[in-house]
Amino acid sequence: MLPVLNEAYGNASSIHHYGQAARQRLELARRQVQALVGASKPTEVVFTSGGTESNNLAITGIVNASTRSRKHIITSTIEHPAVLAVCDAADAEVTYVPVGESGVVDPDDVRRALRPETVLITIMHANNEIGTVQPVEELAAIAREAAVTFHCDGVQAAGKLALNATVDLYTISGHKFGAPKGIGALYVREKIKLAPLMRGGKQERERRPGTENVPGAVAMGRAAGWAVENFQNEAIRLAGLRDRLERGVAEAVPGVRINCRESTRTPNTSNILFEGIEGEAMVIALDLKGFAVSSGAACSSGAVEPSHVLTAIGLKREEARSCLRFSLGRQNNEDQVDRLIDAVVASAAHLRRLSPVAVGGSQSARRTVDQAVTGRSGEPRSRHSGNTSTPDEIADDASRGGDVSRFFSGKFTVVHGIKSSTGRAE
Amino acid sequence: MATNLTAVAMSGGVDSSAVAALLHSQGLPIVGLTMQLWNQRRLPALAADGATGRCCSIDDVYDARYVAQHLGVPYYVVNFEQRFEEQVVKPFVDDYINGRTPIPCTLCNNMIKFDQFLEMAEGVGADKIATGHYARIAFNETSGRYELRRSVDQGKDQTYFLFGLTQQQLARTMFPLGGMLKPQVRELARELGLPVAEKPDSQEICFVPNGDYAAFIDAYFAEQGVPREKTRGEIVTLEGKVLGEHEGAHHFTVGQRKGLRISNPEPLYVISTEPLTQRVVVGRNDDLLRGRMEVRDFNWISLAEPAAPIRGEVKIRNRHLAAPATVTPKGGRLEVQFDEPQRAVTPGQGAAIYQGDLVVGGGWIV
Repeated sequence: MLPVLNEAYGNASSIHHYGQAARQRLELARRQVQALVGASKPTEVVFTSGGTESNNLAITGIVNASTRSRKHIITSTIEHPAVLAVCDAADAEVTYVPVGESGVVDPDDVRRALRPETVLITIMHANNEIGTVQPVEELAAIAREAAVTFHCDGVQAAGKLALNATVDLYTISGHKFGAPKGIGALYVREKIKLAPLMRGGKQERERRPGTENVPGAVAMGRAAGWAVENFQNEAIRLAGLRDRLERGVAEAVPGVRINCRESTRTPNTSNILFEGIEGEAMVIALDLKGFAVSSGAACSSGAVEPSHVLTAIGLKREEARSCLRFSLGRQNNEDQVDRLIDAVVASAAHLRRLSPVAVGGSQSARRTVDQAVTGRSGEPRSRHSGNTSTPDEIADDASRGGDVSRFFSGKFTVVHGIKSSTGRAE
Repeated sequence: MATNLTAVAMSGGVDSSAVAALLHSQGLPIVGLTMQLWNQRRLPALAADGATGRCCSIDDVYDARYVAQHLGVPYYVVNFEQRFEEQVVKPFVDDYINGRTPIPCTLCNNMIKFDQFLEMAEGVGADKIATGHYARIAFNETSGRYELRRSVDQGKDQTYFLFGLTQQQLARTMFPLGGMLKPQVRELARELGLPVAEKPDSQEICFVPNGDYAAFIDAYFAEQGVPREKTRGEIVTLEGKVLGEHEGAHHFTVGQRKGLRISNPEPLYVISTEPLTQRVVVGRNDDLLRGRMEVRDFNWISLAEPAAPIRGEVKIRNRHLAAPATVTPKGGRLEVQFDEPQRAVTPGQGAAIYQGDLVVGGGWIV
């Protein structure tokens, strides 16, 4: 990014040579992103500030561009808030298609939800909390048959999964595959009519006004190039790490369930239920040992709220509180996973000692709320001297390692923290 | 194995921020935790007046996080909203409906701060907790008990709200401000460069905006679908003469004079509220005097339960001057005989028994 910040500082929309240098880099980045999403033309890529803006632009843009008097959207119950809240606010009726315990949308449910006034189907490519991959090809076929626009939120999938479907709109977020935060894109298939969200200049073919974020786009282009080259091998490697983690935890900790294990999942995401354990306590305990994992969704204060995704796959509120999300990244390795397993096993044992629970695979493991003081205190706290690195920011050296190792001598990040892994809404 | 890690309950106020700074400056490893207890945006009827309670506001969480970052200590917000509502807010509302005047701060201490919070602290690997309460804890080698004492700053003393603390809880709790005066705490906060050094003290019940608990209960009923007419009733004299009507017994507390909206030759005071009939009974000031009372669920702190009656000073509400009395354990309950009759002995309030600075224990007035 540094050369771009210095040499290509010009405004990409300016006529002078400075601007032209920036424009050249921007358009190279656009072609790199084009390759990542499989677009047929670079002009189908609209740069935005990230996943949330892309989803807003896609959903609101389609609804507002439609001239029909009645409008209807089909989406699912496990979408990200950046889709759900936009659908709620859109000038349209909304059908929320449920998912079963598989965490996967049934295409027949979507087909049945179609109405004459349906203008948009928006279903994610892969879920951010449980990793389940949605049947995008079938959904795209249903939409095409019904002549309905199909938008797919690909934030969790881009750079990790291949997109083998013809979609009309596809959301990606740079920081999920190695670019810094604050850059994203929306693929908009040629001929799709989209009303802009903001009014202003004529940038991005009048779909997204505002001076282009050239350094962000260049970084995302580089990250996209890396992903196109490497994602298949990386996916195999990450899936191996994830399986190692799940096996290690399930073998050593009683009363563990891996959510949606039977479904096709992204290679890097694992959501594990620890019966009777307070997930929030375990997240903090692990973070204090240098492992960044998450549970639930972050509310405005930073506290954890029960996840709508986990309740959508049929978990009770207390069960949802007992789930932890592990996300693996490019810079994690087997050694780190093994140490994570040890830390999880120790933390689970410690929490179970404090608050004994009947464990036995029952759906409703009840927690005996005993005196808080019955347990003994304290695991020996180990500190790890792993890498100080975040997995999702290869393109931005400057932002790396600045804040993570302040509390501890060494700290590596297994996931993006609570906010950044759910959150395109920071 | 002791971890030596201490969890500091950080509200974002000056007291708990000073605690974090003090322990950190002494080289003790700490983790800051803020309890998210109540969603201030939840009852829109209250927010319509522009009034919001202080508890767990985003501003306070921001301040707590800022202080933790300033100190360079790990910090997290933990979500206790569900338990807070079940074990503090609902009992608070129920007490008013049942003719009692509750103290939610004591319930919060018993059920949240020294129970769920302590459990969370242990869960994350801390073996002690520290809070900004004004009170002192010391271990008495002779009796083998942890003793609770009033704070050095008499005006800030919070022991009245801490009478439910058990020996196990006291063993794991630190009150670093107990030996300090409030101006010293502010001075310390300034010296340590804490961004909240000049923040005003919080008042009243944290989740109730402007201390208007009746408006809070009305709004909570509205949210829960309790019809208003269910709370209406008559205002009657001790002799049963009907003087007027009211909108809900929860608008009245024992000893209250203002707001009755009744004209009478001599001043009238609320003597009691009767939950079954929704009647509010009024009378003269002298009718409020009581020489004895019973206390239930008594928790012995600094002394083990005695076989014989003991002498002490008994405090029956936060702003009450503890009054000399003889206290006799009687079959699970405690009988308190005051030397002088006390005004407005109120069921539902706490009774804390002192011997000088020492907190003997406490329970709930029947």
